[in-house]
Amino acid sequence: MSRPVRRMAIRWLPAYAALYILFLYGPVLLLPLFSFNDSATPTLPLAGFTWRWYEQLAGNQEMIDAAWNSLGVGLAVAVMSTLLGICGARAVTRYRFTGKRAMSGLIMAPLVLPEIIVAISLLLVLLAFGMSLSLVTVTLGHVLICLPYSMVVLISGFEGFDRSLEEASADLGETAFGTLRRVTLPMVAPAIIASLLVSFTISFDEFIVAFFLSGADPTLPIYIWGQLRFASRLPSVLALGTIMLVVSFVLVTIAEMLRRRAASRTNTDGGLFA
Amino acid sequence: MIEIRGVTRRFGNFAALDNALLSVREGEFFSLLGPSGCGKTTLLRMIAGFDTPTSGTILIDGQEMGGTPANQRPTNMVFQSYAIFPHLNVEQNVGYGLKRLKLGKVEERRRVEEALSQVALSGLGKRGASELSGGQRQRVALARALVMRPKVLLLDEPLSALDKKLREQMQVELRHLQQTVGITFVLVTHDQYEALAMSDRIAVMFGGRIAQVDTPKHVYQRPVNRQVADFLGGMNFVRAPVVEESGGQIVVDTPGFGRVSTDRPIAFQTSDGSATLGIRPERLRVLWDDETASHEVAGTVVDRHYFGEITHLLVDIPGFESPLSVTETNNFGADDIPVGAPIRLAYDPDALVAMAD
Amino acid sequence: MTAAAEDARSLSASVRARPPLLQSEQAQGLALISPTFLYALVLLLLPIAVVIAHSFWTQDYLTIDRSFTLANYREALTDPMYRDLLARSVSVSLAVSVAAVVLGYPAAYFISFHGGRHKNLWLFIIMVPFWTSYLLRVMAWKVILGYQGVLNTGLMGLGILDEPSTALLYNTSAVVIALTHAWAAFAILPIYVSLEKIDRSLLEAARDLGDGPLQSFLRVTLPLSLPGVIAALLIVMIPTVGDYITPRLVGGTEGIMIANAIQSQFGRSANWPLGAALSVTTMIVVSLTACIVVLAIKALARVVR
Repeated sequence: MSRPVRRMAIRWLPAYAALYILFLYGPVLLLPLFSFNDSATPTLPLAGFTWRWYEQLAGNQEMIDAAWNSLGVGLAVAVMSTLLGICGARAVTRYRFTGKRAMSGLIMAPLVLPEIIVAISLLLVLLAFGMSLSLVTVTLGHVLICLPYSMVVLISGFEGFDRSLEEASADLGETAFGTLRRVTLPMVAPAIIASLLVSFTISFDEFIVAFFLSGADPTLPIYIWGQLRFASRLPSVLALGTIMLVVSFVLVTIAEMLRRRAASRTNTDGGLFA
Repeated sequence: MIEIRGVTRRFGNFAALDNALLSVREGEFFSLLGPSGCGKTTLLRMIAGFDTPTSGTILIDGQEMGGTPANQRPTNMVFQSYAIFPHLNVEQNVGYGLKRLKLGKVEERRRVEEALSQVALSGLGKRGASELSGGQRQRVALARALVMRPKVLLLDEPLSALDKKLREQMQVELRHLQQTVGITFVLVTHDQYEALAMSDRIAVMFGGRIAQVDTPKHVYQRPVNRQVADFLGGMNFVRAPVVEESGGQIVVDTPGFGRVSTDRPIAFQTSDGSATLGIRPERLRVLWDDETASHEVAGTVVDRHYFGEITHLLVDIPGFESPLSVTETNNFGADDIPVGAPIRLAYDPDALVAMAD
Repeated sequence: MTAAAEDARSLSASVRARPPLLQSEQAQGLALISPTFLYALVLLLLPIAVVIAHSFWTQDYLTIDRSFTLANYREALTDPMYRDLLARSVSVSLAVSVAAVVLGYPAAYFISFHGGRHKNLWLFIIMVPFWTSYLLRVMAWKVILGYQGVLNTGLMGLGILDEPSTALLYNTSAVVIALTHAWAAFAILPIYVSLEKIDRSLLEAARDLGDGPLQSFLRVTLPLSLPGVIAALLIVMIPTVGDYITPRLVGGTEGIMIANAIQSQFGRSANWPLGAALSVTTMIVVSLTACIVVLAIKALARVVR
């Protein structure tokens, strides 16, 4: 019986994997599909091709404002999360110190906590600090959510960074700052850029934290949420969603390519995607 | 060139290096030899400035190195992993340290070219770091350090990552290179053949202490204690009573070798009036048929191992606790001596050395 | 917090004063991690402590009464509505994590054992949807399962249905389906990692000792990948228990979960202490459930072996 089992596994596994990927992508790809469908409701059969919903978006000032908000928050989050991530990842990969596990555990915790818990606890504290809800509070929350991802990307870039490279630089007469500039930064630059892209993407798409922490200015996902109440606006929401999918896809692909380049330099593999 | 004065390095309660005392001469090829964890790398890293002694001082070229960081020391290092900058090509790697000296483009190029030709890598300057073989990486690391014209070149197990053949070739090349450039080399290695083949002098280290500093020939032939003797190669040990002790000499009475007069080992102490004598297996020679020698010892072959160019014989000598190990080349038929055969061995009494336990 | 900052400062000062490197490595590491750690401390640990504190307080309109009380927990645990919501949330998250693991395991197995040179590409392809907006992924299911959605209109077009079915959307199974889809990729990673760690010669050894492929899978591969399976279960179960978007979009009234109740305490109902107590209760219950699941799997594994 052993041979047939093995043959079955070899034949069926790729088919299963293909089905699985279809399951993952199918529903998501419906958004772009219906965003070009010339019908006010997403129904089959398709009604013909149109740019109409995208054109509607272009004139929608509310949406454009939300997009600018998301962009601003995303950039701020990317920079802050990456800077904090660099400190944390460098400390974790380079130094041995007591409390390392506990500290990095806390930093990574948002990865496994229900987002709503993170959101409401932040809400309580920020209000207690006397801050009023705004894009600033959204940014603070998003940095917390993005930090674990930045850490993972950066640690995979820093890990296997042979410590003797920096020693070699010092040995050849270079100062600490010169070593940072000429060896360390060029080596880890791809990981840093990958971290920027990944945290921007997460912030750009994030809903729950923004939902609780945003004031009068909505981000794009908040704007979409508001539009979902109106069935008539669904097609243009689909168009907006399609644009967001494309942005996320492009950024994440670039991030992955950079991360792999960084990993091949430092001879390590694994990390966020692999 | 380098003075190590009472240097100790502690990690918590563990002493990686304990009160080391050492002096490396100018232009010398000096090796730190010992098993892993003996403190040799710790010592090298403290000379380079990557580690700080817990106590004691290090002088390089008469200068105290106490507060001098690695980048200001007149030393350069070839790292065990070679630490070739992966984002730079060969030329940029070799020229890395020169950039800071502001020599000008032309002079910089000239010196990079010179260093590359010294290590036989001319023409590979544009190669990327990832396109290099192990041996080439080693040469780039060497060129990158030599181009700085250091007073001392430090080499941390530079050959351990290479395969056997390449390693032997590089041993010869490194020795030649050192003689050509005349720079003091300090090599860290755990490979006794490497140390013996390349060095002017060797410091043998165990457990954070320097056991012996001497020329390769002396550490091999006249080890100060059993540990050193064992680490450098096979050695037959014979424990026998001391019958006479006078000045620098002791006389030991052994069952097989008879009365042997030898130098009194440093730090010689005896609790039971006995001393340990040692003789290397290759210093015992098989005597054929009617051949005689001025000093011989008779016994029985109890075991035989064939190794191609040589044969190892184990010979039981009446009165000895354990059989003698003998290494004989195979050109006279040592590989055909049957187990159980009676045998006579010739030896030179000078090859018998007393040592501490 | 300020004490910690002072600590870090005095430690970094001691680096200069005291050359021995053990202390300085400790201090440098702490100094370097401290900005990131303090950020997480102030914006995660402290807030969670505040939530726990709130859960023992009461609120009267806009003022918080800070006297200790267990009333919120009493309400959270005895009010049938919250009990139902909690039970549903836990069972939904359990169902989702099990479904995600069962669906993901063969895919992870395929990539690890038959992925060849393109393992990383496969993984990337599987992870990409995870990086797109969660909101959009759930919204896609609304488009599929809706009254006038893809499935209904498609099935009607094929003549299988005469009129749109309302059974598809706005119920618990719609929530489970959408959540499973949204979290599926996340379950693959830990399983894949644990499969990758298995020394392939162990499988050859099992074959050599007489096991067929199925037996060697059951006796070697599966037990050795168990840590990955457990990690995958937890990594899906814990976050999904507090999911807010999916029940709101596809759950209807029948499918709403505890997060929706928590949100309304912080929104319309404005009873923060009750919301806090519900949050804490949810975390405790899901942690207990997770422990039970882990123990059950380990016990099962012992029996099978």
